[in-house]
Amino acid sequence: MVEYTGQARDTGLRIKTELASRPTPSAMATPAILLRDVNLFYGANQALYDISMDIGERMVTAFIGPSGCGKSTLLRCLNRMNDLIDNVKITGKVEVNTLDIYGPKTDVIEVRRKVGMVFQKSNPFPKSIYENVVYGLRIAGINDKATLDEVCERSLRGAALWDEVKDRLDQSGLSLSGGQMQRLCIARAIANEPDIILMDEPCSALDPIATVKIEELIYALKEKYTIVIVTHNLQQAARVSDMTAFFWLGRLVEYGQTSDLFTKPKEKHTEDYITGRFG
Amino acid sequence: MRLGTLVRRGDPFVWLAGSGLGISLLMILGLLGVILVNGLGFFWPKPLLQLTLKDGVVLLGEQVTREVIPTPGVVDAPEQFRLQLKLGNRDLFGADFRWVDEAEITGRERPRDAFYFERREYGPLIGTPVRLTRGGDALATGPDAVWAALAPLIEQAEVDRAAIRTIERDEIGAINFAIERARLDMRAIDLRERQRPEQRLDAERAALDQEVVRQKALYDERQRALEALYERAAQTYLTVRASDGQEKEIRTLDIFRAYPANQLSWAEKTGVYASRIWEFVSGDPRESNTEGGIFPAIFGTVMMVVLMSLVAVPFGVLAALYLREYAKQGTLVRLVRIAVNNLAGVPSIVFGVFGLGFFVYFVGGTIDRAFFPESLPTPTYGTGGILWASLTLALLTVPVVIVASEEALAAVPRSMREASLAMGATKFQTILRVVLPAAAPGIMTGLILAMARGAGEVAPLMITGVVKLAADLPLDGIFPFFHLDRKFMHLGFHIYDVGFQSPNVEAAKPMVYSTTILLLGIVVALNITAIVIRNRLRRKYQTGAF
Repeated sequence: MVEYTGQARDTGLRIKTELASRPTPSAMATPAILLRDVNLFYGANQALYDISMDIGERMVTAFIGPSGCGKSTLLRCLNRMNDLIDNVKITGKVEVNTLDIYGPKTDVIEVRRKVGMVFQKSNPFPKSIYENVVYGLRIAGINDKATLDEVCERSLRGAALWDEVKDRLDQSGLSLSGGQMQRLCIARAIANEPDIILMDEPCSALDPIATVKIEELIYALKEKYTIVIVTHNLQQAARVSDMTAFFWLGRLVEYGQTSDLFTKPKEKHTEDYITGRFG
Repeated sequence: MRLGTLVRRGDPFVWLAGSGLGISLLMILGLLGVILVNGLGFFWPKPLLQLTLKDGVVLLGEQVTREVIPTPGVVDAPEQFRLQLKLGNRDLFGADFRWVDEAEITGRERPRDAFYFERREYGPLIGTPVRLTRGGDALATGPDAVWAALAPLIEQAEVDRAAIRTIERDEIGAINFAIERARLDMRAIDLRERQRPEQRLDAERAALDQEVVRQKALYDERQRALEALYERAAQTYLTVRASDGQEKEIRTLDIFRAYPANQLSWAEKTGVYASRIWEFVSGDPRESNTEGGIFPAIFGTVMMVVLMSLVAVPFGVLAALYLREYAKQGTLVRLVRIAVNNLAGVPSIVFGVFGLGFFVYFVGGTIDRAFFPESLPTPTYGTGGILWASLTLALLTVPVVIVASEEALAAVPRSMREASLAMGATKFQTILRVVLPAAAPGIMTGLILAMARGAGEVAPLMITGVVKLAADLPLDGIFPFFHLDRKFMHLGFHIYDVGFQSPNVEAAKPMVYSTTILLLGIVVALNITAIVIRNRLRRKYQTGAF
């Protein structure tokens, strides 16, 4: 395990990241995602510094921290969405269920099918609700009607959307309300039967009622999936997550069980942040 | 209110902007007005005016215009007017039109029995019908009796002409085509034999000989049918007395339309008007394009624009896809983009010259040498044709499509691509299933712009395949149906040809306006079609980004 206690270059603050690797009993039993010494550079700018952490299976892990702290960037490392940006360099190791996703022989398509993603702004395709849900199957070359129907229903039920849309599956996905669209995106993600679902601020554009629905959904989904959620809403992190990681300036400052982190933070920065003194 | 306040509030600027728009609208409405009045008014049957002049000459015709006689250098001269009359009867008088000073006129009337005949040759015939004969026997004499007997004969003449046309153009045309094909096949056999003298192709040659004999027999049979038809149809003759007393006898078979201009009710005038417009839109040209219809030109224009779009759109979209989605954005791509934009501004005649040199002479010539050696030195594809004209226009409009498609692709939100990629789609799948559908409305906009530009071009077509008069359409019932090597007619060129190259400018003038209306109409119709499709796509793929 890395013992990093070096000087933070730009701030002069001492940040301990040893906590990151301290195993918590439930998380370490079966880590779904394993990060070791992950550094990420946008050209000459370093955005992530030596991130090492284990993310437990079938639990909700929240990434919190002020804007620009790298939490979304790290999330996008987990399904290689950063590949799409030019001039990105990543060092270190990221394993998803023991698969080294940055390994030379790893197929990025395979990674993304295993690690689904829900975005901040709900982004259904300009297609029917049905086609939105079965998109993953279509691109995998599955066109058998019975299979598609079955997956569509199961995914929409899984995303708690079936009862609301079952009579209008042929309508455009864009005709739904904001919260429904986000649940459609979740349904689309789980139609691929991923191991892990990444959520990048999934509720930031939603009203409180829609937010509650998504949160309930997240709670239900962790029965089957490992969920990593980035959020700005600390109450939300406290409500839905089992584990919480606090990031600051590209570094993992503190990582632990949510109840511990919110009630008795070990780091001064974490305390300042969750009590609203900065960020 | 004080001026300073006005200026600060920007009122003068609003007026300026408003008047800019107003002037544009005025110009467009003025243009449309001039074209519509001149073009559509032409088909309305005008009364026939009979003028008696001081010297005893009697003139009968339609009044075309009335204008002040210019008196240069004379101050305070009393205003004198003159009339322009359309006399018709070119075969009798030599000229269709005549100017008459009003001072010369001693009598004006609208004779009841004056008739206007439209016929196959020499422009209209204007005069009084005298008698109708069949094989020397008089069927009817006197204007009223002749008119009563003539109307069904004219209808019959139309049927007969259609029958003759079917035999002459379609049936005999197909036979000639087959004979020509056989002749070329024969030459091809000769060529093959010369290359490889050891092989004997007598059997094939004999088969071809037989085919020619068979077609010739067919030809003779159809020719006899044609003669029989003429025999029967060309029996009745109409004699008409012109205003100067000359009598002219014409076959009823050659009469296209006749009406007693001064007896028509409004309903009858409307009927003549409608039938003339229908003839204009659906008929073939007569009298070196100054009469009849312009259907071949309409057909040629539409087919050329469609062919052009079929080439330009896939080409442009593929180029835009590479530029926007695959190429590494850098100096080279920027240069290419600038070049594409500049290409859109190159004068069209330059494209025409390129099309002639590259498509017609190089590509066409190569095709001829490779696939049609038997018909050389007569070129098949090595001469202007609708294919080369369409390709030249496609080249001309591809930059427009590229620019519009690139913008449409750039407008597809990044979040939508990410959604697809995060689902495990490849870049290609993402482009095919998400990006292209979402960009389709924008691409359609490019197509609309391209069509509007392509349909209106004339200069490059003149040297790549448009002709004044094309006997055959590029699409017909003879295998292989699409004859892309054929020359074709085009409305834009038709306007130029009729307006400036016609031997009978006065008679052609209204045709210029009418053809202009049609060209504008076709451009508008093509655009509306594309806009409707685009709006459908937009509804289907609305993303909020367009």
